[in-house]
Amino acid sequence: MAGLLTPEITAKIGETNPVIHVEVTRRDLQKYAVSTGQRAKKYIDGDEAPPLFHFGYIMEILPPEALRVDGIAEDKLIPPLPLKRIMAGSSNTVFHRAIREGDKLAITRQLNDIYEKEGKTGPLIFVVTEVIVETEDGEPILNETTSLIAR
Amino acid sequence: MLSYEDITVGSELPSRDHTATIVQLFMYNAAIWNPHRIHFDHAYATEEEGYDAIVLDGPLQGDWIGQVVTDWIGEDATLVSFGYANRRAAYLGETMTAGGQVEEKNNETKEIKVSLYLKNAQGEVTIPGHAVVRF
Repeated sequence: MAGLLTPEITAKIGETNPVIHVEVTRRDLQKYAVSTGQRAKKYIDGDEAPPLFHFGYIMEILPPEALRVDGIAEDKLIPPLPLKRIMAGSSNTVFHRAIREGDKLAITRQLNDIYEKEGKTGPLIFVVTEVIVETEDGEPILNETTSLIAR
Repeated sequence: MLSYEDITVGSELPSRDHTATIVQLFMYNAAIWNPHRIHFDHAYATEEEGYDAIVLDGPLQGDWIGQVVTDWIGEDATLVSFGYANRRAAYLGETMTAGGQVEEKNNETKEIKVSLYLKNAQGEVTIPGHAVVRF
């Protein structure tokens, strides 16, 4: 094991971003539906959200000068890693119910784990985050677990 | 009307081709508020990051395989879980085919597990996925 993960990095495990509060509007649902090519009437009409609609809600809204040169906002939840090449990750979501027009949501993103493994071509760092979407009243909507790999 | 009893393990879900235009990609990234330049700045994507062309968002491709399931079940079943992984890049102008197959039936829970894929014209899977639906 390469021992790449410092105490400063692993101390971040369990941290959460500030809760995002959002009211789901028909207009936001319709924008998402037409841009993804949805065919179901409930999505096109903006009554209900397709399964991955919530992804846009975790994007931080920052002015252009606050973004990196590649256009991305610095991820405050994930600490700087000693391996810089981020390989595309995976996403797994469990649904309790669909997001609907008019829902008032509380969205939490937390860092569940950071661990390292020895890969075939060298060390790999795995970063696991979770997005928890519920209503302001605490009704669970969905949990999405996302994994990133750095090498 | 889709009924649990009529679905057989191994059967294919209806597939669909997607060819995103630059306008669609702009609309998608505006809708989700994603300013990552590889999705709209050709010179930056190719010269600075070494991609072949403007890159299709992974979650957009994930949505396309999600639609294979949501279009298939309509109002006849509910989505219990859905997952996808980013395996390789897909580019603006490519025609991507989204499809899937029934993998398992659970007669006690009335749940069905399906595997999903998004393939490019060369048949390479860029985004594999899976879902569980409940009748």
